[in-house]
Amino acid sequence: MTGQATPVTDVEAPQGRAGRARRMAALAIAAAVWVGVLLVNERVWDRVVYRWAGLSEDTRLGSAVHFFLTDTVKITLLLVGIIFAVTVLRSFVTLERTRAALGGRREGVGNVMAAGLGVVTPFCSCSAVPAFIGFVSAGVPLGVTLSFLIASPLVNEVAVVLLYGLFGFKIAALYVASGLLIAIGAGWLLGRLRLERYVEGFVFQTTLRGQPVLAGTTLSWADRMRLGREEVTTILRKIWPYLLAGVTLGAAIHGWVPEAFFVRYAGPDNPFAPLVAVAIGVPLYSNAAGILPLVEALHAKGLAMGTLLAFMMSTVALSLPEMILLRRVLKPPLLAIFTAVVATAILATGYLFNTIL
Amino acid sequence: MRIKILGSGCANCAAMERATRTALAHLGWQATIEHITDYPTIASYGVMSTPALVLNEHVLLTGRVPSTDQVADLLATSAPQAAAEPSSKNADGTLG
Repeated sequence: MTGQATPVTDVEAPQGRAGRARRMAALAIAAAVWVGVLLVNERVWDRVVYRWAGLSEDTRLGSAVHFFLTDTVKITLLLVGIIFAVTVLRSFVTLERTRAALGGRREGVGNVMAAGLGVVTPFCSCSAVPAFIGFVSAGVPLGVTLSFLIASPLVNEVAVVLLYGLFGFKIAALYVASGLLIAIGAGWLLGRLRLERYVEGFVFQTTLRGQPVLAGTTLSWADRMRLGREEVTTILRKIWPYLLAGVTLGAAIHGWVPEAFFVRYAGPDNPFAPLVAVAIGVPLYSNAAGILPLVEALHAKGLAMGTLLAFMMSTVALSLPEMILLRRVLKPPLLAIFTAVVATAILATGYLFNTIL
Repeated sequence: MRIKILGSGCANCAAMERATRTALAHLGWQATIEHITDYPTIASYGVMSTPALVLNEHVLLTGRVPSTDQVADLLATSAPQAAAEPSSKNADGTLG
């Protein structure tokens, strides 16, 4: 087969300086508005809910409504900002380049690289299976590929930014660090167990026609920003019911659950709490945006941070839809071991954080 | 001219197909569009990120949904090259 199509640059964007200046101005204005709204958010709702609507901060209804409104705006803004920024940055990384970087790497180093790349490489969950096949058939070791597949949903930029916005830098950084370690460790362990025989046969028999495929077009800045905008609308459209449900539930807890309620029953020294948290979180499917308002409210009522992080991680890293998808390439024993190893790693992290935080 | 869209049926793949059909209408071209959802087949094209656009067995684009104009542009620039090689002949001897 002869060559690919010649690279094509974006045809819709106005060419040259005028277009670029216009885009930069639009971006700068959007950023300024974003920062402004984020800063005044709470004060605006203070006035609206407590002064204009006459609700009282001390009543359950008052604090619940205030929480609901403040949180919805705050989380939506954070989401818009981070999804846009991350999508633009990620557009510089491709699955093909990642595979080239990982192909033939030894385990250990490979696991570390794969986890890092899993965080920054963009791909939608529907590509998880083709990506898996592509990696394994190109010579990336199974354990390394699994490190990639674990890191990607686990160290989710939405989760990280929301954690930062709600709990501060330290918690967010701990989340990223532990997510990477879990991906590296679990992937490495799964690799050492030599479970290749539990991968569906066709994966190893896949022969590529001709050379590995290169991306069809090069991306201009206008392209990248369009991708960013589209991703924001796509994700918001997908998650808004979860977000609303999460914030509503969080608001209810905020207003109606007594202060320090959980300290007695699910405080940091309760040995069962992380176990229950992971057991509930694994089959549950939600994205970070829906879970985090809940986490915020529960934390304010005294639920230990380690338990909460374990709950969040097990919800986003493992889910029934994901396992159904992976069943196409992993046979049940490997799927079960995969789930067990990741769940255990998350559980251990929960206990660790309960002790040290 | 045979177009294939590789993808497992998520919203992006449907959007890719819509964009392709619109682009074809703009170009005024006839083509068959086939939707491939079978993972082994998708992988055999070397495609890792869906949706992917394939024209006469050449992979033009993977991993995102392009705008209608971009699809039209891709098809327009690739079709002459693709048509130049008889990559597949039908039973009656016609190409594509």
